[in-house]
Amino acid sequence: MSGGGRRIGEVILRLEGISLSFGGVKALSDISFDVREHEIRAIIGPNGAGKSSMLNVINGVYRPQQGTITFHGETRRDMVPHQAAMQGIARTFQNIALFKGMSVLDNIMTGRNLRMKATILEQAIHFGRARREELANRAKVEEIIDFLEIQHIRRTPVGRLPYGLMKRVELARALAAEPTLLLLDEPMAGMNVEEKQDMCRFVLDVNEQYGTTIVLIEHDMGVVMDISDRVVVLDYGRKIGDGTPDVVRANQAVIDAYLGVAH
Amino acid sequence: MLYREAGQFKTSYATDQQIFPIRQDRVAVVALAALAFVVVPLIATQYWLSAILIPFLIFALAALGLNILTGYAGQLSLGTAAFMAVGAFAAYNFVLRVPGMPVLLAFVLAGGCAALVGVLFGLPSLRIKGFYLAVATLAAQFFVVWALVKFPWFSNYSSSGVITAQKMTILGIDIDTPLRKYMLTLTIVTLLALAAKNMVRSSIGRAWMAVRDMDVAAEVIGFPLMRTKLTAFAVSSFYCGVAGALYAYAYLGTVEPEAFTLDLSFRILFMIIIGGIGSILGSFLGAGFIVLLPIFLNIVVHWLNGVAQSLFSASLPASITSNLELMVFGGLIIFFLIVEPHGLARLWQIGKEKLRLWPFPH
Repeated sequence: MSGGGRRIGEVILRLEGISLSFGGVKALSDISFDVREHEIRAIIGPNGAGKSSMLNVINGVYRPQQGTITFHGETRRDMVPHQAAMQGIARTFQNIALFKGMSVLDNIMTGRNLRMKATILEQAIHFGRARREELANRAKVEEIIDFLEIQHIRRTPVGRLPYGLMKRVELARALAAEPTLLLLDEPMAGMNVEEKQDMCRFVLDVNEQYGTTIVLIEHDMGVVMDISDRVVVLDYGRKIGDGTPDVVRANQAVIDAYLGVAH
Repeated sequence: MLYREAGQFKTSYATDQQIFPIRQDRVAVVALAALAFVVVPLIATQYWLSAILIPFLIFALAALGLNILTGYAGQLSLGTAAFMAVGAFAAYNFVLRVPGMPVLLAFVLAGGCAALVGVLFGLPSLRIKGFYLAVATLAAQFFVVWALVKFPWFSNYSSSGVITAQKMTILGIDIDTPLRKYMLTLTIVTLLALAAKNMVRSSIGRAWMAVRDMDVAAEVIGFPLMRTKLTAFAVSSFYCGVAGALYAYAYLGTVEPEAFTLDLSFRILFMIIIGGIGSILGSFLGAGFIVLLPIFLNIVVHWLNGVAQSLFSASLPASITSNLELMVFGGLIIFFLIVEPHGLARLWQIGKEKLRLWPFPH
């Protein structure tokens, strides 16, 4: 399914020797992998394998004790969330992290905040630059609303939306930032088959139309094997497999991790 | 005219993002402004202006300030009265110590001083949240009142710690009558309310609400948490500071530090709880409820008493009538909170949504 017109480029994100522990609990130990431009990279693994921690390390929510992160040629110990956002990393969360008290439109508008430069005073008067920025960014947000087919809920407070739509709004908010690297934490969890198909289509469309590099965590193996270019497999905080879906599928360690081993 | 949007098509984002996108709202707001700026000055008595409307507007402004911090940015604060005190005493000292200081500039600078103090006491918000933060802001409440009493410089060494607001002159006009004070207060409150409305529908407002609703996601999306929270403290305290300056200059005339007690902070907190947390309109409704309702109840109880006297030639003793007012007031607060825990503003909003569809249920 993947491939098509897009061309997978150079490595844009490289993680080397990442170790993360919370007190005595080792969440990640010595993990290295890379992500190439325009590819869809999946991270899979059983529950508690450290997949979400991995994403949290990439965009700076967690600071690893060891290892380095190289993004766009810049190597550093850890990311800071604000800095990651400035560099073009956007993400969605496993448990939807939308702003419940705001409308869908406002939620997506928050994704554009880094492009708004007007001072508070200008915003208070709502004149000149503040007004221009609001309108220009609104136009961009409407593009994304059209793209994800959520026009009908534009004005609805997100707290009132069903689960599947919330996931889509969260994707919209991440896309509004026009990221170069998009991190999706279980975008299809808890969805029915139809919703999953929609979501897969959106993920592939984002990847093809905007050329966005995507790192994705997903439990549905069918989805992962279908849409991703390369897969990293984690188990108990260690990397046990890495490669194309076919390679990973044939990897004995991966099969053991998922099916269990006879002792 | 029915409250309907049907037929009002928006063809540009500019019209869709107006401050009041629905035509009927615009008409209502203009009518309300005309009422406040033209009709009220023509018909209101001095008592109405100086004892009811001016305090109502000032409390609404303070409630608006607190609402920005608590309702929009989600930072609970019990220091509102302290920030008002800073505003009042700062304005007094600016006018007193800087020769030729225009009163309006003094108000703005007073708001600025309150904003600085607000940011200072907002620093704990970077580490603590919710009720714990509320307790931390209590420090502001006690410290500011203590400092104003302890250092007589603030009250220009007046023996009782009381300050007397200087005469106000704006553009050669003496602001000395209740009517002029009312117009000054109304103008300032209107402008600041519009500014608040503009802020909450702009990027900074979305930043505040994002931090309130989900701070991790807000940070990941690129809102700097520290700056956003401290901005909320600054803007909120600015509003409270200006309200405090007006409290001294347009309402009381003479104030002492003890006028800005925790009691006042709580009163303003109740205003936004009853009016609607996270709503500009709610600040006004809540202030109206807390300031106007007791007066209204007083009138009603007196009237009932009069009726009872003429019918049965007996009346309730004063001790019972005054307590009756309090009981009815308390009962109404509980009633409204049960009917709509999100405040009067939400009731108003639900009403509007129903009207849009009326008479069809869907």
